[in-house]
Amino acid sequence: MAEKVTIIIDGQKISATAGEMLLRAALDNGIYIPHLCAGGEETGHPPASCRLCFVEVEGRPAPVPACTLPVTEGLVIQTRSERVDGLVAAGFELLMSNHRLDCKNCPANGSCELQRIAKARKLRLKPKNLPVLDKNLPVDDSVPGIIYDPNKCVLCGRCVRACRRSGSGVLGFTRRGYQRVVTTFGDSTLAESGCTGCKECARACPVGALSQTD
Amino acid sequence: MSKESAAAAAFAALQETAQQNWAGLREKPLILIGAATCGRAAGALNLLEEVKNELARLQLDANVLEVGCMGHCYAEPIMVIYNEGFPPICYGYVNEGVGARIVRDFLTEGDPGIEFALAALEPNDMFPTFADFPRGIHENKIVMEQCGFIDPTDINHYIATGGYGALVKSLAMTPEEIIDTVKSSGLRGRGGAGFPTGVKWETCHNAPGDTKYVICNADEGDPGAFMDRTILESNPHLMVEGLIIAARAVGAQKGYVYIRAEYPLAVQRVTLAVQQAREKGLLGDGILGSEFNFEIEIFQGSGAFVCGEETALIASMEGQPGLPRYRPPFPAVAGLWGKPTIINNVKTLSYVPHIVKNGADWFKKTGTEKNPGTAIFALAGKVVNTGLAEVPMSTTLNELIFDVGSGIAKGKQFKAVQIGGPSGGCLPESAMDTPIDFDSLTRAGAMMGSGGMVVLDEDDCMVEIARFFLDFTQKESCGKCTFCRLGTKHMLDILERITKGQGRPEDIDVLLELADKVKAGSLCSLGKTAPNPVLSTIKYFREEYEAHINEGRCPAKMCKDLTAYYILPEKCERSCDACVGSCPTEAIYDNEDRIKVINQEKCVKCDSCMVACPPQYKAVVKLSPPHLVEEKEKEYREGKKKWQKK
Repeated sequence: MAEKVTIIIDGQKISATAGEMLLRAALDNGIYIPHLCAGGEETGHPPASCRLCFVEVEGRPAPVPACTLPVTEGLVIQTRSERVDGLVAAGFELLMSNHRLDCKNCPANGSCELQRIAKARKLRLKPKNLPVLDKNLPVDDSVPGIIYDPNKCVLCGRCVRACRRSGSGVLGFTRRGYQRVVTTFGDSTLAESGCTGCKECARACPVGALSQTD
Repeated sequence: MSKESAAAAAFAALQETAQQNWAGLREKPLILIGAATCGRAAGALNLLEEVKNELARLQLDANVLEVGCMGHCYAEPIMVIYNEGFPPICYGYVNEGVGARIVRDFLTEGDPGIEFALAALEPNDMFPTFADFPRGIHENKIVMEQCGFIDPTDINHYIATGGYGALVKSLAMTPEEIIDTVKSSGLRGRGGAGFPTGVKWETCHNAPGDTKYVICNADEGDPGAFMDRTILESNPHLMVEGLIIAARAVGAQKGYVYIRAEYPLAVQRVTLAVQQAREKGLLGDGILGSEFNFEIEIFQGSGAFVCGEETALIASMEGQPGLPRYRPPFPAVAGLWGKPTIINNVKTLSYVPHIVKNGADWFKKTGTEKNPGTAIFALAGKVVNTGLAEVPMSTTLNELIFDVGSGIAKGKQFKAVQIGGPSGGCLPESAMDTPIDFDSLTRAGAMMGSGGMVVLDEDDCMVEIARFFLDFTQKESCGKCTFCRLGTKHMLDILERITKGQGRPEDIDVLLELADKVKAGSLCSLGKTAPNPVLSTIKYFREEYEAHINEGRCPAKMCKDLTAYYILPEKCERSCDACVGSCPTEAIYDNEDRIKVINQEKCVKCDSCMVACPPQYKAVVKLSPPHLVEEKEKEYREGKKKWQKK
């Protein structure tokens, strides 16, 4: 049995398992911290790529991502501060500048993690200072029951890992920089890629880039 | 006989062979030709052939060696001749025909051809040495001491000049003693961050586990940087020896040299060096009869800049995409295949044999307390003497650029120096007294980086320079984390607009805001430092940004969309057609006064006319903003009318 430690998040005393990541401990205790790449049941080295779960840690000079902070006894955390809010707002705006915004027609409407973050942190879905970048990539509906719209993808990687866990492993990241994209081997359609249609990817996707039609 | 003395005896035998080989070279005249990549680009291989042919034609007996680069890349191809009765002389700019002539005159008639000489290599009463020039006063070669003077493909030369002596010494030391020596020397990692090398080694040494790795990071990728390439091509054994000592210190059995595949000559020379070291019993099982086993393998990087970041480097070696990961755990605790791994830059490892051999106190005599040793810089850009320079830490930028580099080329005005590659920054004239060390450069808004230094003059637009470097980091960003992937993209888009004259008043503030967030929010150092070129240029050259945005003017007249070419009527020599012939788009025509005029619609701003216009006229000028051309043309027509009325 792992050792239990007590930490303080926003003044609230919380009991957590030593060594588990702070983000998990907070979420398990009903404290919401914005996040995309750290998926629900995932273990292993955190990807730490969405850069939204910043928190203030007492004794640290700058905000750190909660997904990479192992819990230790006596940790004192603030989930909000001017610096944290600034970083989260900037990161969120960057993501939204590259997310095709069509909530009304989106299957994730209402359950979308982006909407949740916007609501929790009072952020605009439409970027204010930045122009919208749209790569205009083709939508893939080749497998019955799954629609993949890469223009909505925030590159959190949850689908890639879900696909791997399911045993298919047809999804992966390719290219780099701004061109980075979740796709299949050789950019073939999902139907040609060996996708079994298990829809684990669609269930993992937090933003409606991969969705189920039924 | 103890193990240590057995190793010493085994090494003494190697040394004897090496010294015989080395001494044998000097029995005849010895000709060295600098044939690292820089020399080859300037024609060193042709020179080599020319010299060999000339020797054969004259039936002269001499030893000709291909050596590496001694740092004077500006004067390439370079040749050194050791001839009995003369000090060794180094020749520069040995272009076609010159090499054969020097060899002929020197070896047959005893005429050293001092008109082609750069300097002598030893003090003498006929000719100055490198130490007599301003460059020589500042230079202090530790790592580069033998570069350009020994054959990098012959291990005997390295051994004969004292090489592998430190390895023998380290075999008699405990790992803790080696780590203590490196720690107390204060050596800081030369890859850019300046982390204390000894501390890294200690962490790895203390990490649990029997399998450990050492990696030499030779994935040099900064634009304008070529220090690691030159060192590996000129003296690969120095790094190899450093890597073996590192392995002995941390307890590793396997080492890798991660070299970018774009450095084929360096790959070839390191591969050969490793092979020769193995043949001599300096690598493999039971090194020099000791119980220490160590192997080195070469790994070629496939051309991603981010793979110079240590966690991305490890990922790429494991067959994963080269993406950085969150630290901790640090590689010294869990690195390659999850095992404790140290990753050191080529230069860092190249200091190690010298430190082990001469002691920590010796190393600390050079440089400053917190930044001991030397700094190796690749001088590039608008500086007269481009090349590699090794100077003590705390040498000022001024000394490096104006003494070592001999100032700005073509009599132009110095504007800024870009230090530290795409992660570094641009420092202006006012910062030229900054001493070169990790901390001072960071405070000034640049970064030590791995040693790239690009000198900029009055013709360089600082917005364009920022755009250039950001374009590089944006393309080389792995795209994993939000801030680096999208933040640099937006910043680049804004800079592109500004250089095209489509800047908006709020752009500078948006850039500063984005830069601040990308720095604070990015996952790895690539993103954390990517905004530096933008931040430093805004800090020191904000007026250039404002001129672009508010006036549509590029002060350096570099941004094509904000510049137009114009021929000054009062300077144009009417009967000269040089510009007309040079123009690829036939944009230049004669007006009614037979003065050349540029059709702005047709002009593609290729600069050909400006180059073609004979220097005694200098009639072609650039104007910014471009609408100045219309004003000038109007002025000319009105002036003519007035003159005609009279």
